Amino acid sequence: MKTAAINSQASTAMSAALSPQESIARLRAAAARLGRHANFMEVCGTHTVSVFRSGLHSLMPDNVTLLSGPGCPVCVTSQGDIDQLVELALRKDVTLCTYGDMIRVTGATGSLEGARGQGADVRVLYSALDAVKIAIAEPRRQVVFAAVGFETTTPATAAAILEADRLFLGNFTALTSHKVIMPAMRALLEGGSSTGKLINVDGFLCPGHVAVILGAAAFRPVVENYGKACVIAGFEPEQIAAAMALLVEMVADGKPVLANAYPQAVSEEGNTVAWGLVQKVFEPCPSYWRGLGVLPDSGLGLRAPYTRYDARIRFELGTPGNREPAGCRCGDVITGRATPAECRLFGNVCTPIRAIGPCMVSSEGTCQAWFKYQRVSKEGKP
Amino acid sequence: MSGGERKTDLCAMAPAAYGTRIALAHGGGGQLTDELLESSILPHLGNDLLNEMLDSAILPQTPGRLAFTIDGYVVQPLKFPGGDIGRLAVSGTVNDLAVCGARPLGLALSLILAEGLEKKILEEVMASIAATAAEAGVHVVTGDTKVVGRGQADGMYITTAGIGMISGQGPHPRRVKTGDVIILSGSIADHGLAVMLAREMPQMHSALRSDVAPLNKMIETLMKRIATVAFMRDPTRGGLAGAAADLARRTGLHVVLEEEKILVRPETQHAAQMLGLDPLEVANEGKVLIVVPEADAAGALAALGDDPRGVDARVIGRVEARTDGVCELHTRLGGRRILQKPYGEQLPRIC
Amino acid sequence: MCLAVPAKLVTCDGTNGVADLHGNRVEVSTLLVPGVKQGDWVLVHAGFAIQKLEEDEAQETFALLGDMAKAAGKEAAASVAAERGFSATTRPDTRKGGSK
Repeated sequence: MKTAAINSQASTAMSAALSPQESIARLRAAAARLGRHANFMEVCGTHTVSVFRSGLHSLMPDNVTLLSGPGCPVCVTSQGDIDQLVELALRKDVTLCTYGDMIRVTGATGSLEGARGQGADVRVLYSALDAVKIAIAEPRRQVVFAAVGFETTTPATAAAILEADRLFLGNFTALTSHKVIMPAMRALLEGGSSTGKLINVDGFLCPGHVAVILGAAAFRPVVENYGKACVIAGFEPEQIAAAMALLVEMVADGKPVLANAYPQAVSEEGNTVAWGLVQKVFEPCPSYWRGLGVLPDSGLGLRAPYTRYDARIRFELGTPGNREPAGCRCGDVITGRATPAECRLFGNVCTPIRAIGPCMVSSEGTCQAWFKYQRVSKEGKP
Repeated sequence: MSGGERKTDLCAMAPAAYGTRIALAHGGGGQLTDELLESSILPHLGNDLLNEMLDSAILPQTPGRLAFTIDGYVVQPLKFPGGDIGRLAVSGTVNDLAVCGARPLGLALSLILAEGLEKKILEEVMASIAATAAEAGVHVVTGDTKVVGRGQADGMYITTAGIGMISGQGPHPRRVKTGDVIILSGSIADHGLAVMLAREMPQMHSALRSDVAPLNKMIETLMKRIATVAFMRDPTRGGLAGAAADLARRTGLHVVLEEEKILVRPETQHAAQMLGLDPLEVANEGKVLIVVPEADAAGALAALGDDPRGVDARVIGRVEARTDGVCELHTRLGGRRILQKPYGEQLPRIC
Repeated sequence: MCLAVPAKLVTCDGTNGVADLHGNRVEVSTLLVPGVKQGDWVLVHAGFAIQKLEEDEAQETFALLGDMAKAAGKEAAASVAAERGFSATTRPDTRKGGSK
């Protein structure tokens, strides 16, 4: 069905062939065939927000649930990392550079935006390379880049560090909290002493932009080793609806496969140039995940030739603490074991204004999404 | 009047010392204040009432009920694509009067200037106030100028009070009925995002422009032709979501908005994505939300369309019978979600 | 966090590109997609082009999706896709590394 017309809005044009109404109809038809309840999980904070904003939950049949998993980089990261960023920002000699959506995330001692209000030099960047440019332009400042995110964002940090190294900059460091998603997906499926009971998930909505970097092949082990359906999806509501239809159909037909519903951006092998840079600069290391505990090889630490760009070393910061606020069920929420409404603190003590845990703090957090877009209290009423 | 005792010293100083920047002494109420007014403020704002420079402006008697409003303007940066603090200071207050069905009669302007502010900037803001006031057909009839220490007031704060006159029955939430439709005069989120982008990513060349503009002429045309306008609101802080949720709460009725009908410019959508913000929650300074009976929707759209500021007006929702005070959004996907007033301060210093 | 948008490269000089995203001009690095040139469409994330895109390919996606769902099996999906000259999970090799 090659179409002659070139549509410059590539992203929205992708949904041209399967309308949202068709997707929902097919999803419902497959759910009816299913004969039981099916759980699916997305593992990307951007999918969480897109799903909630699109109202997809209101269209799902009663026997299909889409859970939010550990896909929000802020939510899965120890709050101590945010506190370290704020601590550094408040130093007079530091220029703290961060992506725009990080400035309002609050730790125990406040947010980067709050620090800026206290006189800290906090700058919002669009690109990690801008941090390097600032370091070059302002040699007297210690530039620290807040490097948070999963596989989609890590190549940018790697590129920035390589550029800083090319120039052998003495005033550029990164505070890195990068994580990779596959170990978390495995941990969810395998369970273990720190995770408690297994989540029963029939399939995953896989993050499209992680797959751009890693390749579709990265998700094949989930299908082959655990028999779960996987559909790699983009982020427009139409794309997610179509991907969900495909997931339910696969499970209803008993034929879970890996499907790429974002082939215009995702190839089998991914962007090997980008991931090659990551592997050059970073190496796998153990990392703490809320709700999952410490998972081996789930974080990315700077390799030996690049540790001079590690802000934790430069500024002699320790490993961030793993404080869990009392009563906070963030770990259960992001592993699909509880809904936000089932947390005693949700909506009364814990709100976006006075957030107890990161799931409420982050704009991609499951609790914040529930609060803003569903506002379902414990009684289940809006 | 304070500062009188220092008059001689100030006059003795070389004019060049006070030539290009605001000094603390300019706020003293003495000769230097007069000089500042003469050189930088009155040439732009001057009119019969203001030029009298009495302690109060005496307005002519007017029939009808008076509407009275006040707003503080603390936007950063002072100038942003599409406008500046001056244009904002007039538009915001004029629009607050207009959406209540009031014709603006006069504005009072309080300036708080920071020591060290370039006079050139002050004059540009005054020129902007004058131009915007002329657009709205209103004068600044009285004002006050104070100066605070360097680093305070981030250059400039402005407070504008406005007085207006309502003839006949004005719009009010109690006039909103089940079955009424909700019209929005144009695209959302342009102002808040233009300001945020200018502040956070000044290096980005953007097509975004604030929509800041006085809407009183457009609203006057609308109200002349459509007598049944039930309620109006300008969706400033809190954005469209805030205004619509508020409408539902105040009327106790059920408000439904259709996502597909809400216009978001592509450059605005993209800026929102970059900054992690929802356009529905971002401030607008040149838009109005209007509730009219369904039968008058076409007429209202035609009236709005006759004004350049209303060419993109559309029906975006309706008021339904359920008495739950809830506002919901029917999404592009065909789903539904609740729209609430944003919980906190997502966007500081955008107006 | 993972938001990436399609954009057209309006200039490209070495790895320094400028992409136009709906009128917002952003500097993007093309370091991660060697071989792209001015006029190409790319997927942009946080100041980097992370993938080269083909505009017309976008239209094929959901047609393929419809077929794949009917096929209900990896082999069947692959054969259906092959008939269309398109691999179920792989983009054509011409796009590997971004060079034309």
